[in-house]
Amino acid sequence: MARTVTTRRKAINTALAWAIGLTIFFPILWTILTSFKTEATAIADPPVFLFFDWTLENYAVVQERSDYMRFLWNSVIIAGGSTLLGILIAVPAAWSMAFVPSRGTKDILLWMLSTKMLPAVGVLYPIYLIFIQLGLLDTRIGLVIVLMLINLPIIVWMLYTYFREIPGEILEAARMDGASLREEILYVLTPMAVPGIASTILLNFILAWNEAFWTLNLTAAGAAPLTAFIASYSSPEGLFYAKLSAASTMAIAPILILGWFSQKQLVRGLTFGAVK
Amino acid sequence: MHLRTALGAASALAVAAATAASAETTVTIATVNNGDMIRMQGLTEDFTAQNPDITLEWVTLEENVLRQRVTQDIATNGGQFDVMTIGTYEVPIWGNNGWLVSLNDLPDSWDADDILPAIRGGLTVDGELYAAPFYGESSMVMYRMDLMEAAGLEMPEAPSWDFIAEAAAAMTDKEGEIYGICLRGKAGWGENMAFLTAMSNSFGAKWFDENWTPQFDSEPWAATLNFYMDLMTSYGPPGASTNGFNENLSLFQQGKCGMWIDATVAASFVTNPTDSTVAGQVGFALAPDNGLGKRGNWLWAWSLAIPAGSDAPDAAKTFIEWATSKEYTALVAENEGWANVPPGTRTSLYENPDYISAASFAEMTLRSINSADPTAPSVDPVPYTGVQFVAIPEFAGIATLVGQEFSAALAGQQSVEEALEKAQALTADEMEAAGY
Repeated sequence: MARTVTTRRKAINTALAWAIGLTIFFPILWTILTSFKTEATAIADPPVFLFFDWTLENYAVVQERSDYMRFLWNSVIIAGGSTLLGILIAVPAAWSMAFVPSRGTKDILLWMLSTKMLPAVGVLYPIYLIFIQLGLLDTRIGLVIVLMLINLPIIVWMLYTYFREIPGEILEAARMDGASLREEILYVLTPMAVPGIASTILLNFILAWNEAFWTLNLTAAGAAPLTAFIASYSSPEGLFYAKLSAASTMAIAPILILGWFSQKQLVRGLTFGAVK
Repeated sequence: MHLRTALGAASALAVAAATAASAETTVTIATVNNGDMIRMQGLTEDFTAQNPDITLEWVTLEENVLRQRVTQDIATNGGQFDVMTIGTYEVPIWGNNGWLVSLNDLPDSWDADDILPAIRGGLTVDGELYAAPFYGESSMVMYRMDLMEAAGLEMPEAPSWDFIAEAAAAMTDKEGEIYGICLRGKAGWGENMAFLTAMSNSFGAKWFDENWTPQFDSEPWAATLNFYMDLMTSYGPPGASTNGFNENLSLFQQGKCGMWIDATVAASFVTNPTDSTVAGQVGFALAPDNGLGKRGNWLWAWSLAIPAGSDAPDAAKTFIEWATSKEYTALVAENEGWANVPPGTRTSLYENPDYISAASFAEMTLRSINSADPTAPSVDPVPYTGVQFVAIPEFAGIATLVGQEFSAALAGQQSVEEALEKAQALTADEMEAAGY
């Protein structure tokens, strides 16, 4: 029997949800607002919220100083490439774990997740040295591989969770009808799992887009994505907060827009399997 | 047939592109984000016009990230950068390791003898110049002349720490949000420890004795830290334990600090009327002393060096020669005005009447730089070089840990005695582990 929710309780919940949402979004909003201030207004005390002389000067400076499009293109290639490669590897892996589990499946899943518990800096030097040997430093392909590897456990876990929701009998029926393994995955499993795969792609694209440790450490001039673009405006000796905010806004704008339009899929993806 | 034609055309284009590319040398420069470096990036057309066969690629990073990146690259011979922006801390260590290309063969027209002796000394190892200074800095007192006058005091050119304490007390008006003194409190070897190490020199303290035994249990260190804590807790701004250069700059520019002792490079910011509300009221003095023969100022130079793994050392040298030359200074002056030229590297700049009249802080900057001696930083002899640092690889890590203890003391989380005890213990442990 469905529980009735009073109007008052509904209003409280809504207000609470808005308060939490605004608290989370406030730093981003503040960054966007600061990007339209002068450097002097950006550090004003008490801080100025909305009523200041809005200026586009910081955007003009950033545009003049940096090749934004090059950083953006690198971000698209690296985030997109690592996500696609990850999906290509993770779909068969998650399929086998979900539908043909062995005794060691759960251990493997846990082991995969445990690699996320290792601080990235712990393997920085080995990976850096391997990259030197393989000539992968400051290359997009190098970063595609690294970001794919670090996000792979999450992709596999998410897909595994979705696939487990799909009745195995449907796949069995396809097999009975003579479908090969490839056809079973491509034409039966994938269409049913499209929402799950889409949200996995979105989430991993965002994770790869925002990744700042490997992208800063393994790039120089050639493959540097937008995280390096933001870092180039940070300065411990000089107040350039407005310019830094303009650079940050330009860097997060594409992913904010993408997130806004795909929020339905994202929420569905993140809450999938939470309620059964 | 069509495919074959297309492949042929593509091959021809590829060969043409490869030939064109081989005629050009790319120099990748790792640098920090500050006004002088950004200005240089804006003027690179002048360099490329003179050197059409050299292409410049810039990698601009935040100071700490840059330090980590270039250290990692040079230690592993990664070869990602042809020119690195490094400081007076790295140069002696990396030069000793054979990681840098000597710049002794820069042409006579570059005029190495014009480099300020203190800066040149900090960048030279066994007679080899391993980096060319792009801009140099020391630290000095920046103070509000109006507040000083209202307090009935006059700032001497070379104040003592006692005078600073007296002036801080007289200028403080906490209800009016004016704090007599603003100093670094944020933990970090380049943050509070740069200031405190330089300050400790003027109190006769030192990091190590001649046997490399840590000295935080000595009387001069207790005197240094107690004086600093009294000054900051009585007359400093709230939350000072998280204040670094930028936070203090912001406070000073908003008229909330009576005095600020920090990098000479801040002088151009606080006197800039666009950003500073107190631009016309700022005076300068040498960093304080205690009458022991050493002042509490540091010495630093952001410098350009070539890693030994660079595959374009000659082109890199050509770039460094351009960026650190007198002609470059003149180019900046022509485009941006004399007040914006990179300071603190060449004697000739301080003999230039145009510069002296444009930069009110020029003379005090030069005197501050000249009064720092990295080869004899403290009152007593020490086994190391470096004024606000100890030029050994272990220093950055140790000083950051010590800085955390001192910052915690400033935040009221522990006493001065506890902070010094912990600093002594952890430094002794780290040095023993490092084999000293």
